[in-house]
Amino acid sequence: MVTLTLDRLTAHYGRHQILSEITTPPLEGGRVVALLGPNAAGKSTLFRRILGLIGGGGSVRIDGATRERPLAYMPQDTGANAVLSVYESVLLARMQGRGLKVQSEDLAEVDRALRELGISELGERDIGDLSGGQRQLVGAAQALVQDPEILLLDEPTSALDLHRQIQLLSILRRLARERHMLVLAALHDLGQALRFTDEAIMLENGRLIACGPTGEVVTPELLRQVYRVESRIEACSRGEPQLIVEAAT
Amino acid sequence: MHASPPDQATAATPSTLQGRGFYRRLVIRRQLTLAALTLALCLSLCIDLALGPARFGLGEVITALLDPASASQQVRVILWDIRMPVALMALVVGASLSVAGAQMQTILSNPLASPFTLGISAGASFGAALALAFGVAIVPAAIEYVIPINAFVMAMLTAFAIHALSLKRGVTIETIVLLGIAMVFIFNSLMALIQFFASQQAVAAVVFWTMGSLTKATWPKVAIAAGILAVVLPLLARHGWALTAMRLGDAKAESLGVKPRALRLEVLVLVSLLAAIAVAFVGTIGFIGLVGPHIARLLMGEDQRFFLPGAALCGALILSVGSVLSKIILPGTIIPIGIITSLVGIPFFLFLVLNHKKSAW
Repeated sequence: MVTLTLDRLTAHYGRHQILSEITTPPLEGGRVVALLGPNAAGKSTLFRRILGLIGGGGSVRIDGATRERPLAYMPQDTGANAVLSVYESVLLARMQGRGLKVQSEDLAEVDRALRELGISELGERDIGDLSGGQRQLVGAAQALVQDPEILLLDEPTSALDLHRQIQLLSILRRLARERHMLVLAALHDLGQALRFTDEAIMLENGRLIACGPTGEVVTPELLRQVYRVESRIEACSRGEPQLIVEAAT
Repeated sequence: MHASPPDQATAATPSTLQGRGFYRRLVIRRQLTLAALTLALCLSLCIDLALGPARFGLGEVITALLDPASASQQVRVILWDIRMPVALMALVVGASLSVAGAQMQTILSNPLASPFTLGISAGASFGAALALAFGVAIVPAAIEYVIPINAFVMAMLTAFAIHALSLKRGVTIETIVLLGIAMVFIFNSLMALIQFFASQQAVAAVVFWTMGSLTKATWPKVAIAAGILAVVLPLLARHGWALTAMRLGDAKAESLGVKPRALRLEVLVLVSLLAAIAVAFVGTIGFIGLVGPHIARLLMGEDQRFFLPGAALCGALILSVGSVLSKIILPGTIIPIGIITSLVGIPFFLFLVLNHKKSAW
């Protein structure tokens, strides 16, 4: 089983420190971990630091990986106007670092990624013609098609309608279980984090505020401190915890 | 309650067959387009060879090419020694400029990027003008090649200046394009200065050179330009997937394992070399590097496995057709090719862009 461990991770942009000493216990494959925090908390920077796209102190340890490239990353959507079909754009994500010749298994992986996300019908569309939500699902397919052991998703649901948000988070949880994949997703909807994720990491101003089971991280006390909102958590009729935000302080 | 996940079947469903089938059809269509372009190129080459003061029939040209021994010595000399270097130079320079433009547009994410707009052609013109007007040799060697050598050195110096400035911290893609435009204005001013001080005869020579002409082609020049193209194309092709990913933006490309900054620098050096050699040998032909890639993009999309050869073939075809037109528009006169490509090509380009349903950029 793959594990990801962050040990006193730091990151700087020039003299400005973005992350300071982020340390987590081993995050295990098969689980979905929410990366929480208000705007500018350092969530995207943490992803980039884990991937080695920016330098800094501390270490990122990946144990138990069986693939040469265990990580796949879906950045926040910035749009693209390339003359490429959705199918080609997902295929090219699969083919990075491979030869120019496309094998049948590569096409099978593209088909599988599109099917898993329920967007097979978008395959023939030009990526420039997609809505923001559709682009986000294609971005998720580009990450999934790499068949990663650790999947990093930066706000994967920010442009999706409610149905697609729930659908994507359900799919990610199922895939994490089926493929023993660790999913680390930056989320802004704390209610969805409570419902769909196993663990959570909460950041504020580049510092780790809490890390543990989501129910122990998403608490009224921490939300008041980090998000400056008054809230309560109540069990619904099915016994599942529901977050109710009452006011901004 | 959780939403139901979509169909989880792992076997191929009609939709996946549709996806794979769509992709395979796309590949076949592009392969056929490449084949059609190659065929058109061969035809254009033969017509180009057939035209001139002594006109030959197409059949005569094809026979002389396939079986040189069967042709008369006069035909052999005209075709192989006089017309072939010019006709082949059109193909090689057209392909080089188009590929250079295609990759500049790709790595700079700018539809207006080309050797012309980045100042590389203007730098070459300045180098050539120094030699033509004042006999200045930037590199005091091979004096008979002083004009192309000056043009090449200035083109590469321009490219390296842009590279060096682009390495500075905080320089963005947009800044690189602006640097290129600044280079164009600097060299245009210097060219005006040269023309102000030069003799009337030298000014005429400079003006003619800047129009671009294939008549300067010789076999050694063709061999050098073709050799460079043959080396650069595979070097670009091996980055095919990474270059395609660059069109999704730096952040996405990085997320897929591409190193945009390093790739951008490597590709800029390679395509500058292509553009510098082309401009050094035939003068300024500004239009191919801009329009060749756009036509290829409309025909092929931006998967580099098809876009790169497509851009090369489109550029070669445009310049070859331009060479044919330069001979037939005014019988007995070969109009400089740069004028032809602009006059004929730009309306054609506008027609393509304005009539295409999908966005070309």
